[in-house]
Amino acid sequence: MTRPMLEIVELSKSFPVRNAFGRTVGEVKAVDRVSLKIERGRVYGLAGESGSGKSTIARMIMGLTPPTAGDIVIDGESVVRNGGGRGAKAQMVFQNPGSSLNPRRTVGQSLAVPLAAHGHPRRDRQRRIGELLEMVQLPADFAQRFPHELSGGQKQRVAIARALAVAPKLLVLDEPTSALDVSVQAKVIDLLVDLGHRLDLTFLFISHDLSLMRNFAQEVGVLYRGRIVEAGGTAGVFENPQHDYTRLLLASVPVISAEEEAMRPVIPLIDGEIPTAEKLLALRQGAAATETTTEVHGS
Amino acid sequence: MSAALLSVRDLSVEFTTYGQSNAVLHGVSLDIPAHSQVALVGESGSGKSVTMKAIMGLLRQPPATITSGRIFYDGRDLLTMPHRERLALRGTAMSMIFQDPMSSLNPVFTVGDQMGTILKYADRRLGRDRSRRERMARVHEVLAQVRMREPERVSGSYPIMLSGGMRQRVLIAMALLSEPKLLIADEPGTALDVTTQAQILRLLKDLVTERGLALLMITHNLGVVRETCGYVYVMNRGNIVEHGPTAGLFADPREDYTRALIAAVPRLTGGTHFGQQEARP
Repeated sequence: MTRPMLEIVELSKSFPVRNAFGRTVGEVKAVDRVSLKIERGRVYGLAGESGSGKSTIARMIMGLTPPTAGDIVIDGESVVRNGGGRGAKAQMVFQNPGSSLNPRRTVGQSLAVPLAAHGHPRRDRQRRIGELLEMVQLPADFAQRFPHELSGGQKQRVAIARALAVAPKLLVLDEPTSALDVSVQAKVIDLLVDLGHRLDLTFLFISHDLSLMRNFAQEVGVLYRGRIVEAGGTAGVFENPQHDYTRLLLASVPVISAEEEAMRPVIPLIDGEIPTAEKLLALRQGAAATETTTEVHGS
Repeated sequence: MSAALLSVRDLSVEFTTYGQSNAVLHGVSLDIPAHSQVALVGESGSGKSVTMKAIMGLLRQPPATITSGRIFYDGRDLLTMPHRERLALRGTAMSMIFQDPMSSLNPVFTVGDQMGTILKYADRRLGRDRSRRERMARVHEVLAQVRMREPERVSGSYPIMLSGGMRQRVLIAMALLSEPKLLIADEPGTALDVTTQAQILRLLKDLVTERGLALLMITHNLGVVRETCGYVYVMNRGNIVEHGPTAGLFADPREDYTRALIAAVPRLTGGTHFGQQEARP
């Protein structure tokens, strides 16, 4: 049998809320008992808006933030109990390539950092850097360039090459294309799909872009206020969303064709406005009886 | 013809830096009829922002030079009219909704103060006389129009006290203060979450249709175009590549560039193929 590449079990993270004197007066549950499993070679999409906890989950997987409770198992090994050691197995690509690359380092120097950190023999580093650039379809002479000489798409390719330097099995992609033009985004996703096949990679794809997720991820989890409110195969969740928050998210996506418009769920308007998630959920629980719901949004 | 409220004719702009001239607009022409919603869509570097700045008179000259073309508003050429007249139009007859709600608002003044000041100078340019109290009444009225629940409270708030969606509403309210006929919106809502963006786009659409305003929407997002505008101009490398009614153009693009651009947009229905790069723009 095959074990999942990533398994997250009842993962939680709370942050203390302090008053002006530094005394802890409460806590915020940024991530609340989240569980998910990604099989080897699959793309799992984690969808959510700001404050949903999606980046906190990514940070915990990468060991940048310790979890409050729960377990993270990468390729059969718990990284919470064993401390570090995930470096070679899991790597991350950040949202903004402009700020995740050191402006004073050439591309070659940036790519050498993870190689050195993981004890790649010095003699072989130049060859490996050339190989990495080729993987992300950049010319070999880019090793001498600085980030400011590159376009946004090229920078993100360098960030991907840097994440691949130590031959990880799992890539955590935190909004990897949200800063890019749509045609550049398409090329970067093309590249990720190809690399996934060639290198047998598993992806955790974190994004608020549901249209992109529909076409890139095989499974999705919808995160709302630290909890996964709905999860399953991408096609099923998108075509037949069960949770109101998922329905609201899908109804809010700007689309470019009549077919897409027809598949968006219909959401009741509250006082002539598209409701916020809080209001919609409250309405469904019968709490907002005074509001008038009249027309519908989405069709 | 010339029934258009705003008409850009054969506009060419070049930028001169370090003694080198680069043409960035090559004879751009577009029309925005009164009461209609028109989008100008393009990727970064396409020239859509330069076009918008030329229309609003916000191009810094130098480094920019308008090498040819005319921009008619209500039949009058904005580029040749006296400076004072153009100032009187800007922010009053035509006004702008900016993209980034945080950097477009001054953090140290309340929303009401900032809106009151805008109104004061608009009044002065138009030779109108209003008391402070009357101006504040107008500010509250406009805040209510953008569907703020408690306009008085919002008016007394500093920008940091408001959510991103509310700040974007304040920017829309600012643009509406002087009852313009033409709104120019630069990527409104792109910095916001998808549900908040949907609310803002819906609000904008309702406002322009209820008040019969003309809207020029500058954006890179084809979905936003379809949600808000019935007519679209597609820009690439300083040229208008193609234009037409939005639904028809998106369903059946004529030019290779537009076709490749539309193919790059992932579809909510699925079926967008990634991997093995095909023809990307």
